[in-house]
Amino acid sequence: MNTGFGAVLTGLGAFLAILGAAFAQDAAFATHAWVLFAVLAIATVVLLRNMKFSAAAGAPVDTSGYFDNVIRYGAVITLFWGIVGFLVGVVVASQLAWPELNIEPWFNFGRMRPLHTSAVIFAFGGNALIATSFYVVQRTTRARLFGGGLAWFVFWGYQLFIVMAATGYLLGITEGREYAEPEWYVDLWLTVVWVAYLIVFMGTIFKRKEPHIYVANWFYLAFIVTIAMLHIVNNLSMPVSLFGAKSYSAFSGVQDALTQWWYGHNAVGFFLTAGFLGMMYYFVPKQAGRPVYSYRLSIIHFWALIFLYIWAGPHHLHYTALPDWAQTLGMVFSIMLWMPSWGGMINGLMTLSGAWDKLRTDPILRMLVISVAFYGMSTFEGPMMSIKAVNSLSHYTDWTIGHVHSGALGWVGMISFGAIYYLTPKLWHRQRLYSLRLVNWHFWLATLGIVVYAAVMWVSGIMQGLMWREYDDQGYLVYSFAESIAAMHPYYVLRMVGGLLYLAGALVMAFNIYKTIRGDIREEVPMGAEAPALAPAE
Amino acid sequence: MMELDYHNMRAFADSWGLAFMFAVFLAVIVWTLRPGGKKSSDDAARIPFKED
Repeated sequence: MNTGFGAVLTGLGAFLAILGAAFAQDAAFATHAWVLFAVLAIATVVLLRNMKFSAAAGAPVDTSGYFDNVIRYGAVITLFWGIVGFLVGVVVASQLAWPELNIEPWFNFGRMRPLHTSAVIFAFGGNALIATSFYVVQRTTRARLFGGGLAWFVFWGYQLFIVMAATGYLLGITEGREYAEPEWYVDLWLTVVWVAYLIVFMGTIFKRKEPHIYVANWFYLAFIVTIAMLHIVNNLSMPVSLFGAKSYSAFSGVQDALTQWWYGHNAVGFFLTAGFLGMMYYFVPKQAGRPVYSYRLSIIHFWALIFLYIWAGPHHLHYTALPDWAQTLGMVFSIMLWMPSWGGMINGLMTLSGAWDKLRTDPILRMLVISVAFYGMSTFEGPMMSIKAVNSLSHYTDWTIGHVHSGALGWVGMISFGAIYYLTPKLWHRQRLYSLRLVNWHFWLATLGIVVYAAVMWVSGIMQGLMWREYDDQGYLVYSFAESIAAMHPYYVLRMVGGLLYLAGALVMAFNIYKTIRGDIREEVPMGAEAPALAPAE
Repeated sequence: MMELDYHNMRAFADSWGLAFMFAVFLAVIVWTLRPGGKKSSDDAARIPFKED
């Protein structure tokens, strides 16, 4: 897609946005249409200014090598959205600790929370997945990305989706569906972008020069296909008007609840797990400099995960109107997930067997390994929490929040950081990163942040659950709900501190990546070089 | 002819559908662990190292 064609598309889109604002049936839709107009109008101007009219403009682009420019953009934008998402996370954590920080109506907790979850899952995680999948699929198929400029459409179209989703939340436009809050028109746009993504990825696999499709691509493909299916079914809805923000779900009652959690849990399974496992199976072997421990185990890992994950969603609806058999089914499949999850974790960790000493000198590898360790920990905790008896204590409490964050900050975050640290010198043709010692700082800030966060939420969540179920000998509840909230205040403050540490780590990374892209190299003592000689124990 | 409603589809899913999925899964495992598969999977594991 050349800039001229892009300018026509965005210009046309800007015109449609004006029509949307003119015929809007509600104020929120009108404002949202103006936001869309502003974004597309700026994009049009930028594209027009970049158009080349000289004779050289007709010359064909060099398409012999890999298509890496879109991946460079992807790596930078991943980091940008990550910092935005972590910052909003710190803000919402502070809002829970100090309710005065809720600024009505745009910046109250109810609107900021989906902004945080979408920013970290879809903006940070999604861009990391798109960028790394484009990198990995090219390197492991030894073919250039399919579709020419279509990859640019995927990249910019996905950013437009993020901007529309985020501004919609702040305007109060929401479907109220967990991790799928954007309204119908934003959902339709994401569908278009996602189909383009599938075409680019599948097309590259079809024209591969390597006969075997490497396992990382299986995971990436499972992520793309399953998310398409989940997104479409979960968002089946009827808009009130073609020019209105509101829509109503095709399902109602418990069917709607189950559809939402079928989507919600598989978003965890296929977005936050399968996609990032694709990353693990490429970047861990590359950084460790040795092939994956057992390729056959990785195949079994893949199929077991695919066959089991899709049934685990009902564990989010224990003790609700959902039929008992469905709850038990969800629980049983969640517990069975222990096997593929731990099989995959062992496979990732054992890839280092014989190279464990590299952990001492390579903080990037350290980051990748701790992410796999967090994958193991949170996939142990998750099935345990899906057991009905445990869930009766943990559900609706902060324990769930702690669990999600050990998976999201530990597994998803750390493996994405590791992948970007690996990619930056490669993509910009630098000798190495600006500073490995800063990577080490990032590693410890982030790890400490996660440990503080998760530990605090365990204490807070279990306390909360126990306070809710405490009866006196007369059969009355001992604590009112407000008392349980007051008891949580210190933990909420500490949780915010944990988030701040994690955010600080990401800022260190941004500095390091910026300096690396600029081409600077920090003069520093290599990692592990100054370690004192081991002395015999006395 | 059997009507294609929720109950019949569910009955199909938790009998034939389940058996089919399970059979496919077992077939995949057996194929992956087949005696001659070690060499080809070791080759596949080296794919990321063919390029920088």
